[in-house]
Amino acid sequence: MTYLAKIYVTLKPAVSDPAGQTVLAALRRMGHESAQDARIGKYLEIRISGDAPDSVKAAVDQMCRELLSNPVIEDYRFDLEEIATP
Amino acid sequence: MRFGILRFPGTWSDVDCHYAVSGVLGQDAEYVWHKDGSLDGFDCVILPGGFSYGDYLRPGAMARFSPVMDALYGFAESGRAVIGICNGFQILCESGLLPGALRANRQLEYRCQWTTLRVERADTLFTAACYAGQCLQVPISHGEGNYYADAGTLDALEREGRVLFRYCDSKGAATAEANPNGSANNIAGIINERGNVLGMMPHPERSCEELLGSADGALIFRSIIEYASPDSASPESASPESASRGKLQTSGRA
Repeated sequence: MTYLAKIYVTLKPAVSDPAGQTVLAALRRMGHESAQDARIGKYLEIRISGDAPDSVKAAVDQMCRELLSNPVIEDYRFDLEEIATP
Repeated sequence: MRFGILRFPGTWSDVDCHYAVSGVLGQDAEYVWHKDGSLDGFDCVILPGGFSYGDYLRPGAMARFSPVMDALYGFAESGRAVIGICNGFQILCESGLLPGALRANRQLEYRCQWTTLRVERADTLFTAACYAGQCLQVPISHGEGNYYADAGTLDALEREGRVLFRYCDSKGAATAEANPNGSANNIAGIINERGNVLGMMPHPERSCEELLGSADGALIFRSIIEYASPDSASPESASPESASRGKLQTSGRA
């Protein structure tokens, strides 16, 4: 089986995001005064093979924990979907 | 003393570090390629500044997986001196040898400027040639030097006296204006629990002789030399109370 992991890495709520604040200010200057907050994160797609969703999930989790996010400042979450093997 | 200077793809301050410890301070120094697996024979290892692996993902995130890092963990564990400067500090945090993380500067700008650092303690491997409260002129050059740690970690660092350098003004006050990047508590450099691993964003190797505008950075390397090898053959090597300190303590910054 081949899976596609869609991974979102985001700043922890307690960590300030000056880039996000700058984007928010720009959105408001555009007239989007309803915009409340903006946080910038990272999005990754990892194609991964495996027999069972559980073991693939565990592998992706380890990737996120040990490399793709920095647990000091970031949180992560991911979706896993089965894709047709090309 | 024998210094090992690590080179990752993208390291850029390696030659400056080599010059500081060998050219200015007369010690043995050797480059170590990141694929080498051994740090045998070195008394101190320097992780210089730069942009290892292009800072891909996060500064320092990739360097952590270089083969030499396994040797570095053992080296640090043995109690020998490790100093990470700029990108080297980022690598030490990413690898878990030091706590916290370096985030984008608060102003979202790359900052290349002189800073004044207040020495918080002089009883460490890295500050033995300084005195507590001394102000050092040392430049920074980074886009991501905004030190962050959660409140509990910051409390522990402060309580345990592990904040070694703080950004301050010319009078030694750690003000918000003197903080060039938004670092928590004006932190410019910290040490590990054991006191043998230092990470700092400013560049002591770029302020190691008067010609560069300041010789204050040399005090940090000299501290390591004096503290780690009190019987060093260096003519100026002596106890921290030695009279030879006088000329080293003078800030060369005009």
